[in-house]
Amino acid sequence: MTEKVSQPRQIADRLTSPLHDAVFSWPTLLLLVATGLFILNIFASPYFLSPWALSDATFNFTEKAIIAFAMALLIISGEIDLSVAAIIALSSTTMGLVLQYGVDTPGLILIGTVTGVACGAFNGLLVTGLGLPSIVVTIGTMSFFRGISFMILGDKAFNGYPPSFAYFGQGYVWWVISFEFVLFFVVAAAYYILLHRTNFGRHVFAIGNNPVAARFSGVRVARVKFILFCLVGLMSGIAAVLLTSRLGSTRPSIAQGWELEVITMVVLGGVAILGGSGTIQGVFVAAFVMGLISFGLGLLNVPGIVMSIFIGSLLIVVIALPILAGKIRERRT
Amino acid sequence: MKAIARKHEFWLAMVVMSMIGATALRSPGFASLEKLAVIFNDSSMLIILALGQMVVILTRSIDLSMASNLALSGMIVALVNAGYPSIPVPALMVLATCCGLFLGAFNGVLIWRIGIPSIVVTLGTLTIYRGAIFLIAGGKWVNADRFTEEFVQYTRVEFLGLPALSWYAIAIVIGFFVIMTRTTLGRSIYAVGVNPNAALYTGINIGRTQFIAFCMSGALSGFCGYLWVSRYVIGSVEVAKGYELTIVAACVIGGISIAGGVGTVAGAMLGALFLGVMSNALPVIGVSPFWQMAISGAAIILAVIINASSQKKSKRLILRKEPGAS
Repeated sequence: MTEKVSQPRQIADRLTSPLHDAVFSWPTLLLLVATGLFILNIFASPYFLSPWALSDATFNFTEKAIIAFAMALLIISGEIDLSVAAIIALSSTTMGLVLQYGVDTPGLILIGTVTGVACGAFNGLLVTGLGLPSIVVTIGTMSFFRGISFMILGDKAFNGYPPSFAYFGQGYVWWVISFEFVLFFVVAAAYYILLHRTNFGRHVFAIGNNPVAARFSGVRVARVKFILFCLVGLMSGIAAVLLTSRLGSTRPSIAQGWELEVITMVVLGGVAILGGSGTIQGVFVAAFVMGLISFGLGLLNVPGIVMSIFIGSLLIVVIALPILAGKIRERRT
Repeated sequence: MKAIARKHEFWLAMVVMSMIGATALRSPGFASLEKLAVIFNDSSMLIILALGQMVVILTRSIDLSMASNLALSGMIVALVNAGYPSIPVPALMVLATCCGLFLGAFNGVLIWRIGIPSIVVTLGTLTIYRGAIFLIAGGKWVNADRFTEEFVQYTRVEFLGLPALSWYAIAIVIGFFVIMTRTTLGRSIYAVGVNPNAALYTGINIGRTQFIAFCMSGALSGFCGYLWVSRYVIGSVEVAKGYELTIVAACVIGGISIAGGVGTVAGAMLGALFLGVMSNALPVIGVSPFWQMAISGAAIILAVIINASSQKKSKRLILRKEPGAS
């Protein structure tokens, strides 16, 4: 959005060593922050190190992080989706709706994810088919999707999900390792491979850096972007299944404000908001950073709204520091 | 380009008027002057805020922190009024505006001096400002009984049949019309949005122009902070929560291009009026208030589609004359 006057990119003659890159990379920096937070938390509260407390803490961020991975790809490609929380609301509502007709757990999951994909495809169609700016389209669909939830539910709620459905948001795979936490790792691995190890991932970076050049190189820009919107929709649908299962009920106000938290997570993970660069590792660590902050502060009885000050400041500081460091380095040379 | 923009405002005005007309068919009182005055008064704050957002969007930025800024400035004047009832209200209005200006300038400095994208900065300050309300008020609300009578009346006093709130909006609309069309500042704001490269070569400081735009949106948010608290007689953390996107929606419906450089004062005002008329009309024609969100969402999507098709941009990337628009 804030496009500065474009200048030719400078490329150094010599590559820096891979070790240097790994040590000074964004994920490493974040990992240091996360470790610091972890140690701080140990000192701050005696309850922090209990396995069950830590396990509980993961629920704070896994659902959001699952969306954040797909969102990272979308943002790298130069688009954005502000409607993810609204997609959760609509998916959850359709699940509640078919529940009234006696649909059981497998059907519920299918409906939830299909609704998510359909919403994502709708966004994708508007953005790629009609060539509209994604930020505005998704502000519109954000009201539209959640609005449909409100139309269906009004001030009521859907309850009475079957017991077998509760596993996805409340179940444990082994000891304190929850199903959600395992899914978080699986999704992270899948997106790591998709973004960093496949042609599709290279296309995403190419589009984000220069859509025109990408198109001239034979990348199907519109199709890749459409798929990314569908993926974000799919992940929102999955998050809706998890969240609905965890809460055991559906209200139209479910997951309100999550879109900004998901985007904060992505940006915190080192993904350039203007597109073109970012890593899944970064987003992965950023999820833990945000989880640790909210959990640690929660143990200290800091209210949620004050926590948001920390997260907001963290977002700005973490983005500002490398830029400032770069400026100082520039001045020296 | 100006002809197209003018066309958009013309059609939007037609749509708003036909909405009023259609609603009046169902309920004849709807088109009465009194009711129209009520609708305008209801939309006043959104009009003011949309103007601030417009200036920012014109410079290719976005301000997502406006609603939080409004709530924080509002809470500050609410606390001052509850604590020191002797301070005259005009001083409080200035205080609210200055608070907002300061918060906006904070956004602006980060964008101008450090070069962080505006969407990131304001996403951060959106939560920071909202959290700060909780801190300064200690999590408490300022309830209706703690405000002075004068504080509440400054948005309600009627003059020529319109409440003061509406007159503030009218004055600000006129002021912004003059700024945007008759001053070098207004022209440079458009120039930065249309083509930053060309603007730079004509000697316009892009960062500084964006900084000024954020100061303007901040000051208007702060002023609306007072108006909001005075109108709804409550100061709380929840004030105007989620309103930032309604403001952007008003701008989008008003034909202001999110890519920058395109949009007018009349457009922003009509976009806000469109949403105001709609929220007043739906209950009258018997539509459940729960439908309103979906309808305004659909309106935004439609508005974007219409805006885009009126600009007739080729969908083909290859062999297009002007690349890199997205």
